[in-house]
Amino acid sequence: MTVEASTREAYGRTLIELGRQNKDIVVLDADLSLSTMTHLFAQEFPERFFDCGLEEQNMIGIAAGLAASGKIVFASSFAVFASCRCFDQLRLCVSQPKLNVKIVATHGGITVGEDGTSHHAIEDLSLYCSLPSFTVIVPADAVETTKAVKAAAATYGPFYIRLSRPRTPLIYHEDHHFIVGKSITLRRGKDVTIIALGIMVAKALQAAQKLATQGIDSRVIDMHTLNPLDEEAIIKAASQTGAIVVAEEHLAHGGLGSRVAQIVAKEKPVPMAFVNLKDQYALSGKPEELLRRSGLTTEGIEGAVKQVVQKK
Amino acid sequence: MSNRIKVASQDSTHSNLFDLSIPELEEMSRKLRRHIITMIATAGSGHPGGSLSAVDIIAALYFKIMHHDPHNPGWEERDRFILSKGHGTPALYAVLAESDYFPVEELTTLRKLDSRLQGHTDRNLTPGVEMSAGSLGQGLSFGIGIALAAKLDDRDYQTYILLGDGECEEGQTWEAALSAAHFKLDNLTVAIDRNRQQLSGWTRNIMDIEPLNEKWQAFGWHTIEIDGHRFNQVLAAFEEAKTIKGKPTVIIAQTIKGKGVSFMENNVEFHGKAPTLEEAKRALKELE
Repeated sequence: MTVEASTREAYGRTLIELGRQNKDIVVLDADLSLSTMTHLFAQEFPERFFDCGLEEQNMIGIAAGLAASGKIVFASSFAVFASCRCFDQLRLCVSQPKLNVKIVATHGGITVGEDGTSHHAIEDLSLYCSLPSFTVIVPADAVETTKAVKAAAATYGPFYIRLSRPRTPLIYHEDHHFIVGKSITLRRGKDVTIIALGIMVAKALQAAQKLATQGIDSRVIDMHTLNPLDEEAIIKAASQTGAIVVAEEHLAHGGLGSRVAQIVAKEKPVPMAFVNLKDQYALSGKPEELLRRSGLTTEGIEGAVKQVVQKK
Repeated sequence: MSNRIKVASQDSTHSNLFDLSIPELEEMSRKLRRHIITMIATAGSGHPGGSLSAVDIIAALYFKIMHHDPHNPGWEERDRFILSKGHGTPALYAVLAESDYFPVEELTTLRKLDSRLQGHTDRNLTPGVEMSAGSLGQGLSFGIGIALAAKLDDRDYQTYILLGDGECEEGQTWEAALSAAHFKLDNLTVAIDRNRQQLSGWTRNIMDIEPLNEKWQAFGWHTIEIDGHRFNQVLAAFEEAKTIKGKPTVIIAQTIKGKGVSFMENNVEFHGKAPTLEEAKRALKELE
């Protein structure tokens, strides 16, 4: 049976650990601390936690000012508000001056579910990847979340880390070796490569298992870091497997698919297929229902693999 | 060009290194205005109107009020100045050069390729510049972060933020106004350059922001209204701000856009237009 764990709980617990180690860790939130789990930090370090209320734009400016004064600032909200609502502030106050601000956003993608279109963060990766100095990470599970948050605290510069609302299957053990910008090959394969991030990594692994029984040997890569992208792993995958499927909980344009395709087109053109939300919004519904409706499933990945393998 | 004031390195005493008298400030302000005209005319673009309206406030801060060390811009105890209205940066550059953050000769590189003096402020390029600004309404938020850090680190420095009056139309300014009062930031002072004009006309016609004093009061701020071109009033207001505890202070400084150059005063044309060389000559003559 699959063991599941919450990425946002992992974030909250990691913040406490970081707060104990370093007094310069400061945490901001915009009235969502009970959901983003920053309230765990607030309970232990009330003097280093600032609730900015429903003022996401102001929160980013404050985060930048604190960072300019030597603080390591974590600022959290839902992914949709932490990207779309304050984009100019991220650009001017964080990206341009390359300040030490870590945006850790929960409730990414459509698995927010019932709250509906307004709350589905499906443009965030495109927006953040367009900002030159941001490191952009989508962890595949709770263990990787902890590693990514610690790496963000230890590395100077702007970070965006996208987490999920629902619990997600555990993929990694505690001894998981995580390096920013270095993808993880979870399954070796020679016929096709499935490159995924976030919740799609577990689905890619399941799809690969099923495909193996049908004689298709799939490589599976956890591309947790979108920027900087692990170009070497992509070029190797194109050269060695000759076909690539990219799976992500995001719109078609500007996310992982676009970024991988850019490298493949430039370095080693091979047939590609994309499992994503295409160019449309999802509606209200249970997370699993929405994923099924959008084709963000094990079956969806299997279908894409079969399609792309035929084009080789 | 090099009749600059010689600065010694900042010691631990809390005083301004320059400590100019009011007549000296007035003389300095004419010199700064000449720099502004020369810089913008040489660049062929820029914002003379809002630079000339703001320059007296910035000069009062750097040459009398603030504790800062031009030879050690990263000094942790320094008072911070945030120019939120980033287009007024020629005024800030002129002040920073005259206080020896960088050579006065560099001023005429404004807006040129590879210059450290960008069209709008860049904190990573220019010594003494605290914030990269240019998209309006963001400086107060940035200043709040700096003021919160002072409280966290138990440091005594003050944070000063200069807002344009047009910026009071930006929603974020009011988000920030709410939160600075909520966080009881008595180590933060805002000055509003109330020159009553913005890019395309009078603020009262574009988007009326009055009653401004009552708005800030209602947001929980201590308010002071002054003539932003009279140094005795500007200095007194900043001194008063230091004495206010438990809440932030806003100084609403009534100013004149284009102040000091007859044909630029209250002339919205010079919001974002450089003077021609002929106009610059006339302006410099007026400012002698």
